Amino acid sequence: MQTRYSFGGDEHLFAEVDEEMSLEAFFKSFAMTNAVRESRIKGVTEICPANASFQVKFDPDVIAPDDLRAELEALEAQADKAEAVIKTRIIEVPVLYNDPWTRETLMRFRERHQDPTSTDLEYGARINGYSSVDEFIAAHAGAPWFVPMVGFVAGVPWLYQMVERAKQIEVPKYLRPRTDTPKLTIGHGGCFGCIYSVRGAGGYQMFGITPMPIYDPKQEIRYLREFMILFKPGDMVQFKPIDRAGYDQIVDDVANGRFEPRNRPVTFVLDDFHKDPAGYARKLAEALNGN
Amino acid sequence: MAIDVVKPGFATTVQDLGRPGYYHLGIPLSGAMDRYALRAANLLVGNDEGDAGLEAVFMGPELRFTSDATVAVTGAELPPKVDGEPCPTWTAFRVRAGQTLSFDVLKKGARGYIAVSGGIDVPLVLGSRSTYALCTLGGLEGRGLQAGDALVVGAAKRPAKQGKAVPEALRRGSGAAPELRVLTGLYWDRITAESGKGFFEDTWKVATEADRIGYRFRGGRPLALVERKQPFGAGSDPSNIVDSCYPYGSIQVPGGTEPIVLHRDAVSGGGYFMLGTVISADMDFIGQMQPHTPTRFVSVDMRQALAARHDRTRMLRQLREALG
Repeated sequence: MQTRYSFGGDEHLFAEVDEEMSLEAFFKSFAMTNAVRESRIKGVTEICPANASFQVKFDPDVIAPDDLRAELEALEAQADKAEAVIKTRIIEVPVLYNDPWTRETLMRFRERHQDPTSTDLEYGARINGYSSVDEFIAAHAGAPWFVPMVGFVAGVPWLYQMVERAKQIEVPKYLRPRTDTPKLTIGHGGCFGCIYSVRGAGGYQMFGITPMPIYDPKQEIRYLREFMILFKPGDMVQFKPIDRAGYDQIVDDVANGRFEPRNRPVTFVLDDFHKDPAGYARKLAEALNGN
Repeated sequence: MAIDVVKPGFATTVQDLGRPGYYHLGIPLSGAMDRYALRAANLLVGNDEGDAGLEAVFMGPELRFTSDATVAVTGAELPPKVDGEPCPTWTAFRVRAGQTLSFDVLKKGARGYIAVSGGIDVPLVLGSRSTYALCTLGGLEGRGLQAGDALVVGAAKRPAKQGKAVPEALRRGSGAAPELRVLTGLYWDRITAESGKGFFEDTWKVATEADRIGYRFRGGRPLALVERKQPFGAGSDPSNIVDSCYPYGSIQVPGGTEPIVLHRDAVSGGGYFMLGTVISADMDFIGQMQPHTPTRFVSVDMRQALAARHDRTRMLRQLREALG
């Protein structure tokens, strides 16, 4: 993987680690953004990790664009040698799959969908070779996901599932974007999942909804008081299917300040994952559920 | 002191110079789309350059003042009136308690900046008073003004002289902006050489979908994408890439048809290829472009981009000297 650098105007340096998505590309990109942050290069104002790329915003009055590029190239050699290990946390995201709100919304925008006669879940299950929606949901919730990138709008995590490429869920985006998506919808487009932090436009297929807010600009929700956004790049997510009663319970608990997202610190070792992806996923789920 | 909002205008928001530092979490810079105009308005009324003012789009609000204040309106040619009496733009004027500030119809430009001595005092959120309405953050309850709102105004920091004006040569922002300078790059190679040429040859027009998030353009020839086997994770459309960060000012062209230039409330990332980025010196101009404005994109290199940036810095220095 040879990183491709390109300037985004006179204030951004864009670095594409790889054209295609892989855990390796994400790990290298993540290592490089960490290295840039630690090296405290004068003139660097923002560092934004993405999936297989990243972006550095800089002040060209402080550092010349070519000098910044040279600094990053030097750091790349260092990142190439870095061990593919991330010390992070895994967060459980409860999901009511096939919920009434995304179902109502997807019916409203059916003419913008590839398959107007089925739901997004039925469509996703079929084109990914699952014989039933239940089986598809089991796969979706069956292995944890990385958060390589947070953004689009405030606090939306991009999610990349930790399974072999052959098992990655892939769906196209809607033919034309919807003008409405319920808040906290679990979406999927290309090979990426996401959680919509606010209500708004969107093009990802809709599979369910979580009762757990991930963005609170008023900072009133207990676990978002310190900072308004739950996710940061490098986090891991494990979806947990819940029923309507479980959904209502969590909504109630969040409102009464009783809810705390279940999460545990974990260390992810890429080599170990590749040796046994399914076993590694189980281990991570156990870490989440252990005490 | 306070200002009562009688009529909100159209998409009037509280803005300062923005909220840097959170783009990696999807919270964009926000702040005035025409930063120079906001700075000028603030300097005219004795504020710090980065104090919060109002950004009025296409039409002005109607505001009743509950105490005396010095006011300045810059940016678009949006003529202010005090109790119906016309006042000049780019000039400090007095509004007395009980008087109403309203506006004539827009003559030129798109966004007027209204500064009030003391600045608009909404709570600081992540270091800024700017409104990011898409995610109900900052400003007045995270939204545009509504009739019946009361805006709190801070204490004046220094005396403001009525009649103080920005010299003609330094009034910028309401003129035509027919050319936007672009540094090509990012995923430029996704389009054919012929389309690349056509992009700069064609005259584009600002579409009606033009707001704080981004400006869409129409009217140029569609761009042909270089054929390829789509990389894993990029999505099936040839204009898709593996979702990446979007620079401010970057030009994405979904489906190769209509370029979108991201602005101060940019979505921070996504899966559409970008062919380049509007240089920092020209970003303010975009905020003053009305729908249907004919526009050419002009290709420049980094040296030219930096020279343009220095020109802008020099002009800002002259503004500070003129109003200091």
